[in-house]
Amino acid sequence: MPGSRSNKLALRLWQLALFAAVLVLWYVATSPTLLPPIYFDDPNKAAFFFGEPLRVAARIWDWFSRGSIYPHLWVTLVETALAFAIGTVFGLVVGLWLALSPTASALLDPYIKAVNSMPRVILAPIFGVWFGLGIASKVALGVTLVFFIVFFNVYQGVREVSYTVLANARILGASDRQLLRHVYVPSAMSWVFASLHNSVGLAFVGAVVGEYLGSSRGVGYLILQAEGTFDINSVFAGIVVLTAFALLLDWVVTIAERRLLVWQPRGGETEKI
Amino acid sequence: MPAQSAALALEDIRVTFVSQDGDRYTALRDTTLRVAPGEFVSVVGPTGCGKSTLLNVAVGLLAPSAGSVRVFGQPLAGLNRKAGYLFQTEALMPWRTALANVTAGLEFRGVESAQALVQGKSWLQRVGLAGFENRYPHQLSGGMRKRVALAQTLILDPEIILMDEPFSALDIQTRQLMENELLELWSANRKSVVFITHDLEEAISLSDRVVVLAAGPESHPIGEFAIDLPRPRDVAEIRLTPRFIELHTKIWHAMKAEVLKSYARQQKQ
Repeated sequence: MPGSRSNKLALRLWQLALFAAVLVLWYVATSPTLLPPIYFDDPNKAAFFFGEPLRVAARIWDWFSRGSIYPHLWVTLVETALAFAIGTVFGLVVGLWLALSPTASALLDPYIKAVNSMPRVILAPIFGVWFGLGIASKVALGVTLVFFIVFFNVYQGVREVSYTVLANARILGASDRQLLRHVYVPSAMSWVFASLHNSVGLAFVGAVVGEYLGSSRGVGYLILQAEGTFDINSVFAGIVVLTAFALLLDWVVTIAERRLLVWQPRGGETEKI
Repeated sequence: MPAQSAALALEDIRVTFVSQDGDRYTALRDTTLRVAPGEFVSVVGPTGCGKSTLLNVAVGLLAPSAGSVRVFGQPLAGLNRKAGYLFQTEALMPWRTALANVTAGLEFRGVESAQALVQGKSWLQRVGLAGFENRYPHQLSGGMRKRVALAQTLILDPEIILMDEPFSALDIQTRQLMENELLELWSANRKSVVFITHDLEEAISLSDRVVVLAAGPESHPIGEFAIDLPRPRDVAEIRLTPRFIELHTKIWHAMKAEVLKSYARQQKQ
């Protein structure tokens, strides 16, 4: 379609315009000199509560140009990656086990439901006590979040294995172990990959929330520090960095997904010969 | 033919399903089917008459409530290791390429992978899919997926081939092509075949013998017809010969009442 490309461009321009408008509004409304104090009695109060976009940008620039943010970003990244990896492996193993063992699944069912419905972020202080203020407590929090996502997906994935595919593999001579490796695990993995965005996102949430509740490093720690000194610009700068970082992670996941799930039909893919 | 010398002998099979609330449903009763080595037998019958049930019993996926299954004289316990099974619905592993699907059985049996790949490629070529080795099932058409499934089954060289309406989802042209290919593969290396279908023309054009099942429930064989058409056959052309039409008329006459019964039952539901 000839029109769709220019439409897309126009949409992008409008999106940028919206972004610029929000920034301008933010700038104008918080600048001590541009607007008369409408709500606040002191012209500096708006900036105190909402920060100023230029100062936020300057702070981010300062962090990256002097390199002071890299150790924090690194720590957050390591926590996210560890939480994701451990949570996924754990979820995969337990999911497979429970899905293939009706007795264990029947026995544990109410407990799994209970633990899943518990707001698990509340475990963060306990993990702090158990594992200290280092990386381990954040990883533990992330693992509890990732585990359930992966677990439920694996459980579902195993349950949804097509009866025909399973029977066919058995008739072709697959042993129980081969069924697990060649049928159940690949089927479950497709569900795990489908939930990759969710689980990576939650690993990240676990890391940041953990840092925020008690740590000596990480982006969450930066934000906590800035809050302690009412440095609202740094808080916003931290939030912007976290958002950008989350988008980056999501992009990496999308790439990984494309590579790992070549065997799945994608929408719009019509190549059939 | 005595049961001992048959490749596959189902003797007085009865299959009764019991649902969780205790309802009983007898799909098959008093069913005896013997297939000689190298014989091509088709089982026809109206929809819902227990044709698939019969095949599931023969392959060992389903244990009969009564009666016995013998494979080359030996009572069947567990899965039928001498049988290959071609399913009506999609049975390929979607996460494996065409080639990996074809070689799956060899891999499960511990055949060395280099040798398995050579055999797999040769089988893909035999079913007309050379060059499609690295395609995933979703990238193949329905007819091509059936060919992959056929190669997947035949590569293991089973003594008995069980086919459950394998071509029913294909369009008529593809279907006739596949039927001819099946006949060609079969005549090159004659194995016992049990071919389930609801299509009488397909049954006659392929088989040595056609068995007609009554409408379900409590389905059972109501007729058996030897097909004396000469081989090799072309499934499209043989339908036009007088002998084919004669056989068709005779078997259809036996089937008609059952089809109507089955239809009436469906209307009621």
